[in-house]
Parts: sequence; structure tokens; C-alpha cells
Amino acid sequence: MSPLLIYVLLSIVKVAIVTVVLLMCVAYTVLLERKVVGRIQNRFGPSRVGPFGLLQPLADGLKLFLKEDIMPTSVYRPLYILAPVIALACALLSIAVVPFGANIQYRGIDLFQIADLNIGLLVILGVTSVGVYGIALSGWASNNKYSLLGSLRSSAQMVSYELALGLSLVGVVIRSGSLRLRDIVDVQATHGILSWNVFGGFQIVAFFIYLIAAYAETNRAPFDLVEAESELTGGYHTEYSSMKFAMFFMAEYANMITVGCVATLLFFGGWTSPFGNLLPTPHNIVIQALLPIFWFVIKVFFFVFLYIWVRGTTPRFRYDQLMGFGWKFLVPLAIANIIVAALIYAPR
Amino acid sequence: MAFGMYLVIFFIFGALCIAGALNLLLQRHPINSALSLIVVMTSLAVLYLLLGAEFLAAAQVIVYSGAIMVLFTFVIMLLNAGEEERTRGSRAAYLVGFPGVAALLGLLTYIFLSVRMPLGNAQLGGGTLVTTSDLSRVLFRDLLLPFEVTSILILVAILGAVTLARKEES
Repeated sequence: MSPLLIYVLLSIVKVAIVTVVLLMCVAYTVLLERKVVGRIQNRFGPSRVGPFGLLQPLADGLKLFLKEDIMPTSVYRPLYILAPVIALACALLSIAVVPFGANIQYRGIDLFQIADLNIGLLVILGVTSVGVYGIALSGWASNNKYSLLGSLRSSAQMVSYELALGLSLVGVVIRSGSLRLRDIVDVQATHGILSWNVFGGFQIVAFFIYLIAAYAETNRAPFDLVEAESELTGGYHTEYSSMKFAMFFMAEYANMITVGCVATLLFFGGWTSPFGNLLPTPHNIVIQALLPIFWFVIKVFFFVFLYIWVRGTTPRFRYDQLMGFGWKFLVPLAIANIIVAALIYAPR
Repeated sequence: MAFGMYLVIFFIFGALCIAGALNLLLQRHPINSALSLIVVMTSLAVLYLLLGAEFLAAAQVIVYSGAIMVLFTFVIMLLNAGEEERTRGSRAAYLVGFPGVAALLGLLTYIFLSVRMPLGNAQLGGGTLVTTSDLSRVLFRDLLLPFEVTSILILVAILGAVTLARKEES
């Protein structure tokens, strides 16, 4: 076979596997959230479908598939249909640049990453910034006051927090001197937990800025003003039903997972082991390849769990508090962090 | 092989860019026009990528397709702007506009055809201005003073906007 054909075929296989795994993760993150939030609120959560409720995502998916797709009469049809597609497409797109494991090549093709770009980090930021349209347009096209208020809030919120989010990543980029995600991880790979950006890279402030801004960017509690149930019934997806609603839902959870992946890569050493060279290198080549993926998944799981934990414990911000916090606290702090990081890494 | 693929991608996104630009002019509703503008800007980013200017492409998507156009749509949604109105003025614009565009197009075609040679196989900055680090070296070393002056200019513009938007306190 020609190299081009191998490249195309392997890329298709990689895309298919990553998409399926991501969607499965999305389904089970929903279950995890219902279980954990249930426990936090002193109840059990779903427990009837399958053992421990493990088949609940299947039942939910089936229900959403079979539900009637209601098209309200006064919506602006093209954008009403386009909006959930944009939201889901952008949510699934950014996972393409995420490296899941060590750089293991088969015939010159990276097995654990779909696309290795020099500007991987910028691609993630760009896709995130385009993802705003899904929510913004859905609210406008629904022709509903609650939806419109929700999407107006989301546009303002996401543009504001994108700034703090972008600025918080500068310190990481200064340390690695590259926007390529593999380079950023490689700098953190030398001494295990001590060389991770969050500890050894002195980026702990940047990490918290990133985490807070990313929660706002994905419209999750405590920043879920976009769909604040008590004020806006359902926010931007009030008028959506069936699969269109499911697409927004999947987009939200896929974004959570992407944020988990990015936080892992940028601040927690990606797929590297926290023990560095203290652990002996395994001799079996399969274990050697799969161990990094194990660490990566553990770290991403931690971030997804943190999302749910935060949702279960914190009350929602008020809108003016949200804006004030973003512009008056996070942005100046992020700029100060850039100056400190630049001073730390200037002598090199 | 690779060159042929580049050409195909160039034609697809060039066509998308022009289609978006035409749609931007022909649509009656401001939100459709704004969305067409997003299509134009994103396909321009792909064209930058084809020229090897990856940072420029990413910045185009983040700044223009992302931040600026979100503000456009935000304003359109906030004002709930309706369809474009037909007035005497808009008809006059048609009468003057089409010949004007035709004249401009003719002029541009003439210029492009007469200085055709350097336009083919265009390279950004003679091939030295490609990666992010090249770009930052030029910006922060060779052109540091103009860069800083521009940023102060933008700061002044922001301050002006804040002052204008501020309500009188009394």
C-alpha cells in the first residue's frame, strides 16, 4: 500500500475510534453526574436500569431518539436547525488536536493523536471561540424571551471569560516556547509531579484562572446563568426537543471532557506519570504504550469529577457578580501572572 | 500530488469565500449577513493556512470569527434588528453602487493582469515569516516600536469608547 493510502485509512480509523470513545464518555459522564450529584444531595440517583443504573445512558439515548421532534411555529427555521449542529460540531472538533498518549508511531503515523499541529493550543482556543455561536444563535432563532436572554448572557459571558482564559495560558507557552501540545507536555515530563506546570512550572495561579474561566466558558455551575432554571426556565434550549436538545446536551458534556483534557495537558503533565523515573519502565511494549493513556484518563476523570463536585456544592453567581469577577479580578490577575512568568523564565 | 491537493482546497475555500461575500450583500436580514461574514473570515483563515501562515490563520479565527463577530451578532440580537428597509436612498445606492463596483473590479483586474508576475506563487515575507516564532521575532525585535505605538493607540481608543459610553453622573 502506498504511504498516502495508509495515512488516510489510519486517520479514518483514529477519527472513528476517538469519536465513539468520546461519545461513550459523554454518555457516562451524564450518568456519573446524576449519581454523584444524587449522593451529594443525599439520594441515590438512577439505579433501576441495569446493575447500579449502568444502562441508564442507553435508556436516555433511546428516549431522546424516539421523542417527537417539535418545531415551534415562530422560530427562524434555518438557524434554529443550524445552532445545535454548530454547538456539537465545535465540541467534537477540538478533541482532534489532543494527544492521548506518548508519541508512538506506526509507519510514521502518530497512533495516539489525530492531528499533531504546531498551533494545537490556538486551534482549541479558536474552536472554543466559534462554539459561542451555537448557543447565541439558538436563543435568537427560538424567538422566545427566555432563550434570547439566555443567549445574550452567554455571548457576553463567553467573550469576557475567553480573555482571561487565553491570558492564563501564556505562562505555559512561555515555559515550553511552543504552541504544540506535545512540546508543552514534553517540558513537564522530566521529574514527574515536580516538573508539572502547576507545581514546578509555578503556574498554579494560572491553573486556577484557567479552571474558573473554563467553567464559565462551558456554562457550567456556578456560571450556568445561560440556562439558569430558576430565572429562565431552560435558557437557550427552552424551545428545543428530542435530538436537537440532545445535541446541546452532548456538546456541553463533550466540552467538559475537552476542558479536562486541556487542563491535564497544560498543567498536569498530560500522559506522563506523576512519579517520573521512580517507577521502572515496563518491558512489555503494550504496557509501555498503554500506561501513559492510563495516567491521562485518570487525570481527565479527576477534572470531570471536579466539575460535578463543584456543580453539586456551589450556588449560582448573580449576573453582575459574574461580569465584575471576570473583568475586575480574573483579567488583571492573569496579566500579573504573565509578568511573573516572564520574569521567572527570562534568565533562560 | 500535494500541490494538486492544495489547489483543490484553495478553490473550494476561495469559492466559499466569494459565495459568503455575495450572500452577505444579498441577504436582507442582518443576522444572515453577519453569519455570511463569519463564513468569509473563516475561509480566509483556511487560505492563510494554505500559505503556511498558521499563527495568522489561528488569530483570524480567534479574533475575527470568534470575538468580533460574536459582538456583531450580540448587537443584532440585542437590538432585535429587523429586515433591511427599502428607501429612496437604498435605490440610489443601487444605481451608483453597481457601476462603481464594476469600475473597481475592472481596475483591479487591469492591475492584476499587468503585474501578473510577482503575484503567482506568493509567499509571505519571502518565506521567512511563517512560524509563530518568526512572527514574534519580527514583532518584538525589528518592529518593536511600531508595535508598542499601535498598542497604545488601541488603548487610547478603548479609553475613548469607555468615556463615550459612560453615563453622566449627576
